[in-house]
Amino acid sequence: MNVVVCVKQIPDPAEPGKLEADNTLDRSGKLILDESDSYGVEMALQLADAAGGGDVTLVSMAPNNETAGLRTALAMGAAKAILVSDEALSGAGALDTAKVLAAAIKRAEPDLVVAATESSDGYTGTVPEQVAALLGLPSITFAKHVEISGETVSVQRQTELGYDEVETTLPALVSVTAGVVEPRYPSFKGIMAAKSKPVDQLSLADLGIDAGTVGSAGAGQEIVAVDDAPAREAGEVVEDDGEGYAKIVAYLENLKVI
Amino acid sequence: MALNRIWVYAEAADGKVAPITLEILTKARELAGTVEALYGDGDGDTIAEVLGAHGATRIYATGDLQGSTPGVPAASAIAALVESGERPDLILFGTTYEGRDVAARLSVALDQPVITNNTDIAVDGDAVVVTEPVFGGTKLVRTKFTGSGPHIALIRPKSFAAETSGGGPAEVVTIEVPDYGTAKVKNRHVEETTGPKLDEAAVVVSGGRGLGAAEKYQIIEDLARSLKGAPGASRAIVDAGWVPYSYQVGQTGKVVKPNVYIAAGISGATQHLVGMKGAKNIIAVNKDPEAPIFSVADLGIVGDVHKVLPQLLEALQGR
Ligand SMILES: Cc1cc2nc3c(=O)[nH]c(=O)nc-3n(C[C@H](O)[C@H](O)[C@H](O)COP(=O)(O)OP(=O)(O)OC[C@H]3O[C@@H](n4cnc5c(N)ncnc54)[C@H](O)[C@@H]3O)c2cc1C
Ligand SMILES: Nc1ncnc2c1ncn2[C@@H]1O[C@H](COP(=O)(O)O)[C@@H](O)[C@H]1O
Repeated sequence: MNVVVCVKQIPDPAEPGKLEADNTLDRSGKLILDESDSYGVEMALQLADAAGGGDVTLVSMAPNNETAGLRTALAMGAAKAILVSDEALSGAGALDTAKVLAAAIKRAEPDLVVAATESSDGYTGTVPEQVAALLGLPSITFAKHVEISGETVSVQRQTELGYDEVETTLPALVSVTAGVVEPRYPSFKGIMAAKSKPVDQLSLADLGIDAGTVGSAGAGQEIVAVDDAPAREAGEVVEDDGEGYAKIVAYLENLKVI
Repeated sequence: MALNRIWVYAEAADGKVAPITLEILTKARELAGTVEALYGDGDGDTIAEVLGAHGATRIYATGDLQGSTPGVPAASAIAALVESGERPDLILFGTTYEGRDVAARLSVALDQPVITNNTDIAVDGDAVVVTEPVFGGTKLVRTKFTGSGPHIALIRPKSFAAETSGGGPAEVVTIEVPDYGTAKVKNRHVEETTGPKLDEAAVVVSGGRGLGAAEKYQIIEDLARSLKGAPGASRAIVDAGWVPYSYQVGQTGKVVKPNVYIAAGISGATQHLVGMKGAKNIIAVNKDPEAPIFSVADLGIVGDVHKVLPQLLEALQGR
């Protein structure tokens, strides 16, 4: 079974986020594998294994031919990667991103495409479903458990009130929530092996996509302002001296909650 | 200048319309002369009264989806409606599971961009401008749609207060579903909860990793019960499997705006804050005086949850 995993490479979320002069997210620093996607990578490796083998191919769109995050995922065990990098993609919206990913994914002819339900930095949560629509694939989003038997994909799909058991047939796309599986730590051997695994670097032209239709040129949207949100005033902070609970009780009484 | 026509994607479960739908309808009334609803998961009759009372004059409904998940069928039906010549200026969805799936498929079908996670929307001259909080809600980004419509935007729950318009029942129009898709729901599992729903409760008591162990979460449930509230959680303990995902508050979980939010053993990561910063009153208990949660708390207790919470529970139960 051939599996493609969409992996986003993002600025380290531990660092404070920055905006560029044109108000797009500053992605110029070092990028890392989005933790959300580490679940997808793990899931793909496990599913390929359970199906008796097959390649796990990573697909990523990132600026400046960034591969650091891809190397992490390759070290976990993915076989190879396709990276799309193109200056024209700065300012790309979710639909543009999906168009680029879909074109790249097609090359790998997957039976299954795995993505995360939402990225840590963009969290639009629409890219996977858009990719599926562009590829004409059925999709099951918000998966918390995935099983494949023959051509059937069975998913426990998160809902507001619990979960649904949803089924579809391969080829298909599944987007997984965080916490579904425990992402493995790359072994030393894995890290060494990752250095020589193939990363196919593509431009928009290589994919046959007209640069005028994606990125800020084709996004159909424009940031007009970025303002500071009204800050919430911090209130009283007290050290618990054994009577801290009484402060809470008094506060609740004052609000007439009790 | 106002818009002519807005469509609002409606969601309902067991005949009960989701609060997010009524919130968006209320806002849409402000922005456009005509507000209509789309319903992609059943027939519209059971919800015609409630949607009408919130300003929708018409419901375009797909009818029963034969067990399909709504993404493919609802989007294909809406796209067909647009292609048949119906032209709204704007189509609004909730940032929910169903809303995201349908809006994403629709954006491909109509080749229109989609902007998610908005907390406000306005019409500025001819342009539709949406507001999206970033960096944990510390900055607000306003984005304008530049192309021609229909524009597609998703709104975060609790962004607007729902208000009735006094309108009569909406007219129901059944629309054709060109493609039902192959993803089928085989079974539904509902996690039983007692007490008020997390996103509707007046009091929410949430626990985080600072509780130390899964069995320590019980005290959060007990506190919530004694305050007639709902228990909630940070993602850390949802991922750890201590509580179900339906308890999660934050960016990927529920947005809550209770009268009182109590955060116990929660650090206050930006992704948690976006889900609860709108609470009227915030109380935090954390042993680390530097914990970011204190920067939004009205009352902060620097202390050990294992001491403060049992004392608090005892005091509340003794009343
Ligand atoms: C894409 C993405 C989406 C996310 N979405 C969400 C979301 O929806 N909701 C969410 O909550 N998080 C979300 N997160 C995760 C978020 O970044 C944090 O990791 C998470 O909120 C931390 O949970 P926590 O506060 O319980 O744990 P920690 O950050 O580990 O904090 C535990 C706190 O407990 C305190 N503590 C420890 N022991 C005690 C004690 N005995 N008494 C009192 N205090 C004690 C510590 O001082 C610490 O402040 C998301 C992350 C990403 C990347
Ligand atoms: N630039 C990208 N490269 C690879 N995968 C992506 C990219 N953007 C989004 N994705 C995938 O789509 C998921 C959801 O992203 P988003 O819609 O931005 O929340 C991510 O977790 C990835 O799996």
